[in-house]
Amino acid sequence: MSLWAYCATAAGLFAIGLYGLLAYSDFIQRLLAANIMVSAVFLYLIVTAASTATPPHPVPQAMVLTGIVVAVSVTALALVLVLVRCLRALPDDAAPRPQDTAGSADG
Amino acid sequence: MGDGAATLAVAATALVFGPLLVALIVFVVPWPALRERLALLVSIALLGALGTLSSELMTGGAARLALGARAAPLGIELALDGLSLAMLWMTALVALAVNAWAADWLRGAANASQRGFGVIWPVLWSALNALFLAADLFNVYVTLEIVTLAAVALVVLTRGRAALQAAMRYLVFALAGSILYLLGVALVYAASGVLTFALLPAALPPSPAASLALLVITAGLAMKAALFPVHGWLPAAHAAAPSPASAVLSALVVKAGAYLILRLWLGPFDALWSQALAQGMGAVGAAGIVYGSVQALRQQHIKRVIAYSTVAQLGYLPLLLPLASIAAWQGTVYHALNHGLAKAALFLAAGNLLHMHGDGRVHALRIADRQGALNVAAIAIAGVSLAGLPPSGGFVAKWWLLEAAFATGQWWWAIVIVAGGLLAAAYMVRLLHPALGHGAPHADATAHASAGALMLWAPFALAMLTLVLGSCGNWLAPYIAIGAPLPGHG
Repeated sequence: MSLWAYCATAAGLFAIGLYGLLAYSDFIQRLLAANIMVSAVFLYLIVTAASTATPPHPVPQAMVLTGIVVAVSVTALALVLVLVRCLRALPDDAAPRPQDTAGSADG
Repeated sequence: MGDGAATLAVAATALVFGPLLVALIVFVVPWPALRERLALLVSIALLGALGTLSSELMTGGAARLALGARAAPLGIELALDGLSLAMLWMTALVALAVNAWAADWLRGAANASQRGFGVIWPVLWSALNALFLAADLFNVYVTLEIVTLAAVALVVLTRGRAALQAAMRYLVFALAGSILYLLGVALVYAASGVLTFALLPAALPPSPAASLALLVITAGLAMKAALFPVHGWLPAAHAAAPSPASAVLSALVVKAGAYLILRLWLGPFDALWSQALAQGMGAVGAAGIVYGSVQALRQQHIKRVIAYSTVAQLGYLPLLLPLASIAAWQGTVYHALNHGLAKAALFLAAGNLLHMHGDGRVHALRIADRQGALNVAAIAIAGVSLAGLPPSGGFVAKWWLLEAAFATGQWWWAIVIVAGGLLAAAYMVRLLHPALGHGAPHADATAHASAGALMLWAPFALAMLTLVLGSCGNWLAPYIAIGAPLPGHG
């Protein structure tokens, strides 16, 4: 019974995120919406871990952990892009070599 | 665990970790000599690793390798068949040419964007090799994410508002694609409890959840592959990136998404789709061929012409699903291979034009001297191959696809295939028209920078390779068909 509640929460979060991604045009709002969607998928994965076995199956939990790492990396890169956009909007040489920042966030 | 498995393990490790080490070393040790040469040396060495893999495949057939001696479903497997080997060769040859080109380009005082390319591109290269070897849904997710992150970072290496906006748009599409793909993975796992490609057909019977998984995974991968309705991010991003980055993005990165769609539809999800759905995917591809070609005819900048050509050429890949036969399989793999080499040649040659003249407008293409002539020859030969004229690899690919269309009685796809070739010929002729002396004389013929020998020869060699592909189609065909999931057809 409670598993269905978690499932419904995941579906609701996914719908909210999807709406946000489609309805907003601002980059940061879209990024937040995407993060809500990813959280919904993680919640769903945890539900599958709990529902298939007791004690909960470890594989979906490992997938969520890896997924969190990936989501944080993507969010970090996206925020660097936002930062670069802000710095470049400043007059002239206030921007401290944004290419290097983007490179180190990834490499 | 025989000798073959050990060879496979060593070669696969080298393919993934070689480029990754290049990225680390170039990042940590900022010597110009390393940045110029290390990637090129490693790409030459990796041809040896790939040769070993090829001979293993030719003698032993399709292979699976359990990492750390743990078998699936708990362990992680790598897999190798004719399709993945073709993609690995495409990656290796394009990487070799791009690294050779970049060895000249990075010479001397490199600026920030050139230094960034030296670090980020090898990460992308490593992730692509890992992706083509991966054999389960979740490893594909991880490698696909590394590919995407590195690809977006490559676009933003170009300074300026246009590149930044293009990169942000790319990231939004890629992020949405990742989430849809991950949702599909979760649905598959909930329904079947396995992720390994080889185990999925038995574990995942048709069900509404499985169909939903197929839908969201295909939609997610289509966003990453820039298939027609969700291609909107590609032209700006590929045109804005530095030219060697454009070459790898257009030749390799988008193909990773399309490769996965074909691999998943014809392998793990084979039981989940009907011929009607396959016709729908073919129609999506055909729409992409027509739309991309027409847009390519209308662009004013050479890099945008080449980028829209990628949207068009990617449309051929989903045609495999309705045509489903061995001839179509060979034609599709050959098309992917040929397009990879030709497209990388075109973007590197465009990079030379921008480097030598600083002017990338279509009507400004001129042959000013011998360097320019070699460069235009590379563009012309690559164009012949994209248009599918003999004796190029594109001709062989289209021949096999046409054969499959007629053998399965689906003449409408034959029309699409031929029309796509004619349209490609049209936009390549339009591109070359001013260079053939039909334009106004060059106003500032003295405004040249000189390009290095490697910068000139790398695209020309790639273009010539597409002609080599055209002459060894019959020899390569049986190897491409190794492990092809289409028994009893053709």
